Amino acid sequence: MAGSRLDPWVEHYAVRARGMTASEIRALFSVASRPEVVSLAGGMPYVSALDMDSLADTVAAVIRESGAQALQYGSGQGDVTLREQILEVTGEVGVRAHPDDIIVTTGSQMALDLVPRVFCDPGDVVLVESPSYVGALGVFRAYQCDVRHVAMDDNGLEPVALQQAIDDARAAGKRIKLIYTIPSFHNPAGISQDQKRREQILAIAQNNGILLLEDDPYGLLGFEGVAPQAIRALDDQGVVYLGSFSKTIASGLRVGWAVAPHGVREKLVLAAEAATLCPSNYAQLTVSQYLATQPWRQQVKVFQEIYRERRDALLESLQAMMPEGTRWTIPAGGFYSWVTLPAGLDATSMLPRAVAALVAYVPGTGFYVDGQGRQNLRLSYCYPEPDRIREGVRRLAGVIETELELARTFGTAESLHQPTGESTPAPDLA
Amino acid sequence: MRVLVLAGGLSPERDVSLRSGRRVAEALRLARPDWEVAEADVDAQLLDTLTRRAPDAVVPLLHGAAGEDGSLRDLLDALGIAYVGTDGAGGRLAFDKPVASTLVRGAGIAVPDFLVLPQATFRELGAARVMSAIGAHIGFPLVVKPTRGGSALGVAIVHSEAELPAALVGAFSYADTAMIQAFVDGTEIAAGVIEIDGLPTALPLVEIVPDGALYDYNARYTAGTTEFFCPARVDDTVAARVQEVALRAHALLGLRHLSRTDVIVDAAGTVSFLETNAAPGMTETSLLPQALAAAELDAGETIAQIIAR
Repeated sequence: MAGSRLDPWVEHYAVRARGMTASEIRALFSVASRPEVVSLAGGMPYVSALDMDSLADTVAAVIRESGAQALQYGSGQGDVTLREQILEVTGEVGVRAHPDDIIVTTGSQMALDLVPRVFCDPGDVVLVESPSYVGALGVFRAYQCDVRHVAMDDNGLEPVALQQAIDDARAAGKRIKLIYTIPSFHNPAGISQDQKRREQILAIAQNNGILLLEDDPYGLLGFEGVAPQAIRALDDQGVVYLGSFSKTIASGLRVGWAVAPHGVREKLVLAAEAATLCPSNYAQLTVSQYLATQPWRQQVKVFQEIYRERRDALLESLQAMMPEGTRWTIPAGGFYSWVTLPAGLDATSMLPRAVAALVAYVPGTGFYVDGQGRQNLRLSYCYPEPDRIREGVRRLAGVIETELELARTFGTAESLHQPTGESTPAPDLA
Repeated sequence: MRVLVLAGGLSPERDVSLRSGRRVAEALRLARPDWEVAEADVDAQLLDTLTRRAPDAVVPLLHGAAGEDGSLRDLLDALGIAYVGTDGAGGRLAFDKPVASTLVRGAGIAVPDFLVLPQATFRELGAARVMSAIGAHIGFPLVVKPTRGGSALGVAIVHSEAELPAALVGAFSYADTAMIQAFVDGTEIAAGVIEIDGLPTALPLVEIVPDGALYDYNARYTAGTTEFFCPARVDDTVAARVQEVALRAHALLGLRHLSRTDVIVDAAGTVSFLETNAAPGMTETSLLPQALAAAELDAGETIAQIIAR
């Protein structure tokens, strides 16, 4: 007699759905959404800094002046006026292209989904950084790619390690389809590649005939003046460049884009039409109207200042309060710092204690596909006010002290049980 | 009738609680369309919420501390607000696994051997020697769990002394004290008790067969990862014994309205008590709703009848 599994379709799911399970880490993040908890976990941009009155006017103008277009289906490739305006934005990081080289997507996350959709068969190798963006890892896994981490130093992907990873994969008879990199203000590592490193990585990709997938959502959010130039600025045939308005305007609009070589772009457009028919016209026209009528560069500066102040609050309090043996990266832009705990500590097993102490972070294991990162955690400074950040770090320091005591007692602070399922927060967590 | 369903809170089981709360609130609305059923989180505004809404009855569906440890129920008593489920005293007894186990064992019900050790004991006496003593006393495999809390958070099966430190660290992530218990190989069964017309009644038994070794968080809340048999595949004598254990635990711990007792039945048919939940989960994959369905009882109607009484 068969029992009940409470899901009559359990035998029908695709192999790629196997990792999609309930997660006790996700459950802990549910607590982190409460106001008592200082959440240094999620990556929600601080959209409250926007001029809401002006945005209300922008939205009203879109409906009043172009309502019939805004509320209708649009082009699968995206609105042509917006694509022209996107070139103005990408010009800030040196990306020059023709509007036809751009495809507008539902957030750059969708572009991130489309690229392996058109390039990767199950088992194809994708080389990613150590650590890497969890949203990209999820996509690559969904397409059943063989995801391999490549070592980074404080300057990003290590060229020697990258070449070695390519050689190893090819020696094993594997096809390498993509090198995925976040060169500026990395999520989660908080570091940036300098210009020389970008050139080295591009040269390796070119010499080995591998497409470079450059993800650049934070490029304009630097704290030190001139925005770093994108790798795509150096090569218009070997790079697919992903950009987003989520951090420079608002994540809720869900407007991002890809700049791709002609042949790739054709396939991306067809794949995008299959997925969503077209990006939201309403959202695109809102962004377009905003770029045309609002001081968007000034708004980016406002965001830079807010995030710089919060980064400083984080770094100062880490410096003042973290127990000896704790290390962290110093971001020159973006949202995140990557923390390495003292030896023997496990950020995943520490999380319940942190949440009980009313502070949340993301354990490092979520940014790897292979179980690395137990000693690491990601701290986000984008959303909480500086005083809350200081309080959060104070609480976290206490939690780490307790964890050190556990490690002294038991010789380890690693839990026997490593939770399965999603180990990073849902997108709506601060 | 104004009913307020309380769910959420700050425990690690917040998400489970919210799901239980939404499900029960909806079931109550379906069962009693003329009732006003509202939902609220347990937060700093709770007293204001209770004053503003002035509910005729509260349905506390909080899991973990505050919801299950009796404190919220004591508060509702102090405020003179009726609620579904056990009172503070019963909640305190059931929520503390060693206390409940001791009480139940004292009444002659089999309980696997256990030790209860706070983190401080390991620190003060030397972890290696204490762990060695645990291994010698309980033997392997054994189960390490936090003394308080549910959803198998912080629970691990330990096969050797080498695995003990990590398992204890996992348990201490959720509580300051760990319960170390002999592992019993057998059939895991959940036995629901519901008071119908004030009379505690045992529900059909739910047998739990997780795909992995442990009925852990993933297995509990991912539909499809655990196979349930209701009624459980045990003979009538064993089934009657399990139901008797559940009814006796319900009475011994002084519980009210509803509870769920988890037991394990070994190859010889011995029924061992594991724990009793005074605030059992009511999510889509939880055990009590399955038992109610098997008894052809509607969850909303059953809770509505408890409230109406």
